[in-house]
Amino acid sequence: MTASQKEGRFQAIVLPHIDSAFNLARWLARNEQDAEDIVQEAYLRAFKFFDGFHGEDARPWLLGIVRNTFYTWYQQNKTQKESTEFDEELHSIETEDSAATQRADNNPETLLIQQDSRRQLDKALKALSAEFREVLVMRELEDLSYKEIAGIIGIPIGTVMSRLARGRKQLAEILA
Amino acid sequence: MDHKEAIELLPAYLDQELGIAEAIAVEHHLSGCSECQVEYAEQSAVSARLKRDAPYFKAPADLAQRVKMSLPRDRAPATRLKAWRFDWLPSGAGSKDWNFNWLGAGAVAASMLALVFSGGLFLALPSDQERLTEELISSHVRSLQVNHLSDVASTDKHTVKPWFNGKLDFSPPVVDLASQAFPLEGGRLDYVDGRTVAVLIYRRAKHPINLYIWPTSDRDSSPQEQDRHGYHLIRWTSGGMKYCAVSDLATSELEVFVGALRTQV
Repeated sequence: MTASQKEGRFQAIVLPHIDSAFNLARWLARNEQDAEDIVQEAYLRAFKFFDGFHGEDARPWLLGIVRNTFYTWYQQNKTQKESTEFDEELHSIETEDSAATQRADNNPETLLIQQDSRRQLDKALKALSAEFREVLVMRELEDLSYKEIAGIIGIPIGTVMSRLARGRKQLAEILA
Repeated sequence: MDHKEAIELLPAYLDQELGIAEAIAVEHHLSGCSECQVEYAEQSAVSARLKRDAPYFKAPADLAQRVKMSLPRDRAPATRLKAWRFDWLPSGAGSKDWNFNWLGAGAVAASMLALVFSGGLFLALPSDQERLTEELISSHVRSLQVNHLSDVASTDKHTVKPWFNGKLDFSPPVVDLASQAFPLEGGRLDYVDGRTVAVLIYRRAKHPINLYIWPTSDRDSSPQEQDRHGYHLIRWTSGGMKYCAVSDLATSELEVFVGALRTQV
């Protein structure tokens, strides 16, 4: 495969999954800017390893790389970020909250309830630990099969199942 | 199946990840166990709420472009764009510069690749169809073997159609053909061609007909017949849905069924 063939094929079968890649990165990093950096880095890695990709569906393959990129990035940034991360997180939720409340004041009640439900859910999901959050995002938002999720994370299918159960349970408790 | 095993398998049951035999066993236990019913209700409520309300973050509009630009080959986008624009003009000796040739070659290679790729896809089609045929026939046979023809048994299309709500990401058209002597018997979910599909069950005398329905982006196509191991299969595409009727019914009768169905869908 020549370089331009490789690039063409890569753009045809890997690039279209950028929304999935970003969604996962965004849920893992919980931050827009970091998610963009992770996706860019993940695509560079994916391109590098593309010769080794012989599967049928590039999406789980790419999501596996996004996930690894996130964890590498997280390890590297952990020490610097640890002290500020959760404050930032809280702060951003507060700003979102007040903005949403201000907007909601002018809206009909149904919309308000809906927004409220979304905001609560967003907050609850962010509060889960990453190991539960990632399986829930991959299952409920990305609609991946247990087998695909097991392959991405590198755990047995039974563990995917029990993490989903525990994740859903924790989420129900936070939301209750 | 005991309680411990059933409650462990509940998420997989909810997510339709179990084989038919296990699913039936869980279902059986679930119908008589209030603890599992509570657990199941809680899990499916959270799951449904996540699917409905959790934000899905789409990539920013320019991210794909930035990713493309950052790939190893695209090192100097600005210069290249310039070369691309002006070298088309007969501006003299400069028009044959390296950039232009390189790009031109790249473009040719890319379109060749596209051609080869689509050629490959085209050639690969028949075997895909074959695989699908085999898969549908096996699914049909399996549905008869395990006595799991219907998940919802009803002759009323107003019961069958709503049953699919929330189980599928599309709404299959359900028509009753009792007046044409093909009464509707029920519906179920099945897994074909890498996705969950709707199956409607009709019956002619003692012959069950499985009608598989799933959405597709393919163009409409007229019915095509195939025979495999004594089973007959007619498939067609209409209005963004793929249909496939499988039965041991004589081909001529299956054709009548398909004809009757197509006038109503």
